[in-house]
Amino acid sequence: MSKLSINDLHVSYGGVHALRGVSLRVEEGEMVALIGSNGAGKSTLLNTLSNVVKRKSGDVSFEGRDTRGMSPYAVSRAGLLHVPEGRQVLSDMSVYENLQVGMIARGKRPTIYSLDYVYELFPVLEERREQIAGTLSGGQQQMLAIGRALMGGPHLLLLDEPSLGLSPIITDQVFDALKKLNAEGLTVLLVEQNAHRAFEATSRAYVLDRGKIAFEGPSAELAGNKAVIDSYLGA
Amino acid sequence: MLTQQILNGLVSGSVYALFSLGFTLIFGVQKLLNFAHGATFMAGAFIAYYCTINGLPFVMAIGFSMLATGLIAILIDLIAFRALRKRGNAEFPALVSSIGVDLILVSIAQQVSNTQVLNFPFGTFPIQFYDVFGLRISLLQIVILGVVAVLVTALIFYLKKTTFGRQVRAVATNERAAALLGVNAQSVYLQTFFIAGALAGLAGVLIGLLFNSIQFLMGEPYMLRAFVVVVIGGLGSVQGAIIASLMLGVAQSLTVAYLPSGLTDAIIFGLLFLVLLVRPNGLFGDINAVAGGTRQ
Ligand SMILES: Nc1ncnc2c1ncn2[C@@H]1O[C@H](COP(=O)(O)OP(=O)(O)OP(=O)(O)O)[C@@H](O)[C@H]1O
Ligand SMILES: [Mg+2]
Repeated sequence: MSKLSINDLHVSYGGVHALRGVSLRVEEGEMVALIGSNGAGKSTLLNTLSNVVKRKSGDVSFEGRDTRGMSPYAVSRAGLLHVPEGRQVLSDMSVYENLQVGMIARGKRPTIYSLDYVYELFPVLEERREQIAGTLSGGQQQMLAIGRALMGGPHLLLLDEPSLGLSPIITDQVFDALKKLNAEGLTVLLVEQNAHRAFEATSRAYVLDRGKIAFEGPSAELAGNKAVIDSYLGA
Repeated sequence: MLTQQILNGLVSGSVYALFSLGFTLIFGVQKLLNFAHGATFMAGAFIAYYCTINGLPFVMAIGFSMLATGLIAILIDLIAFRALRKRGNAEFPALVSSIGVDLILVSIAQQVSNTQVLNFPFGTFPIQFYDVFGLRISLLQIVILGVVAVLVTALIFYLKKTTFGRQVRAVATNERAAALLGVNAQSVYLQTFFIAGALAGLAGVLIGLLFNSIQFLMGEPYMLRAFVVVVIGGLGSVQGAIIASLMLGVAQSLTVAYLPSGLTDAIIFGLLFLVLLVRPNGLFGDINAVAGGTRQ
């Protein structure tokens, strides 16, 4: 059984048909990339997995469970945690409080990542634990958003453009953390516009183009595919 | 004398705080103005009154009244707000529909009371006075100050330090992000409405006792004061609401004592404009907001 399997998913906003029959799966322990240009539907896909956006048709199964009709909060409590585009930290609350709120998703499930683990992964969060989250830098907010999701005991982590707006050095730090998490067993679906980084960090990848999967395969292969290079890796 | 007036003002101000906190909490969490909050306050006084005259011990009457007004507030959420919340852009429709609920509750109270002013039976609360440093303070005033201090402290503790309080603030700050973190916003709404309603109900009982008068329109001036408090204190700010309530109570008591009657409201709104000129976001609008600010 796949960790996540999506079958023929359609989503539209009014007249805009944002996803047109997307099928995708993520196996236990994998880190899979989903790349695509602006407006391809990447965030729509993640939002549909969290049930923040309603699907028109199609099936989503998370750990064998059909997620149709679940509330967004119930999806995250089941262990499908989504780090949204633009981080969305709770800007009025301290770093520590953000991490505490993160624990709500775990509910009575056993701890997977402790507060100490998160502080060790991102030491800056411990240094700034009393700071109001809205005053952190973009990179620190991204680390907080990931740390907060880890507190929720993820069985699958969805990340929406974690490198957005970050300097290359900070992006390195974030990706190193993601690789470490994955090496230790966390299953990840990584959405990126930065295809270089995404291919380098993952084993398999999908390319989304105007609401459809245009390519899929091992990341190393896609990174060498001429059509993919021309569209997504061009200088 | 001045200190006596200040003391009296702090007592009424602390009841304003009790009333305004629920209003500001709902605003902080939902960004909606609950105009039926004044009627909930009135209902609190009515329910405690009818419980008392039907022989229930006063403390139980208060408890029952708070429970009932908490449930009334939940009902207001379900009837007036829930459906509107789903469609977005709910501010104005929600204001209108909560005015509707307010009118319904007020007309029911008018029918029930036959448009009469009601008073708690003599001896409902012991009438006793103490002299403290030359100030005359009644047992009721002491109890009010004590009860409000305890409840306000408990509320702040609850919002700041408990898991549920963090969920309230998370929903207030960013509902969608909160949902992705496993926070059930619906249950947060129900609980904040319950707390807001129970506090308003208690405030109604206390005001009914303090002025020995209960009538179906008693919520309206308080609703107006709550608007002032929330604007002066900073929208959605709990500390701001407390401090603004106390300021308002004192200002009112002083104007009543030293200025021609009828000027009170003019002075209070003068104060409001003055604060807004100096600090357009209110006293605490951009410094802190326990219940979460309006910023995203
Ligand atoms: N709330 C919405 N209402 C209407 N249309 C929307 C909404 N959100 C997204 N869209 C449209 O759906 C399509 C897919 O958008 P989406 O945000 O999923 O793309 P994306 O791949 O995440 O893009 P980006 O890289 O810019 O984040 C776009 O055409 C977009 O304009
Ligand atoms: Mg996007």
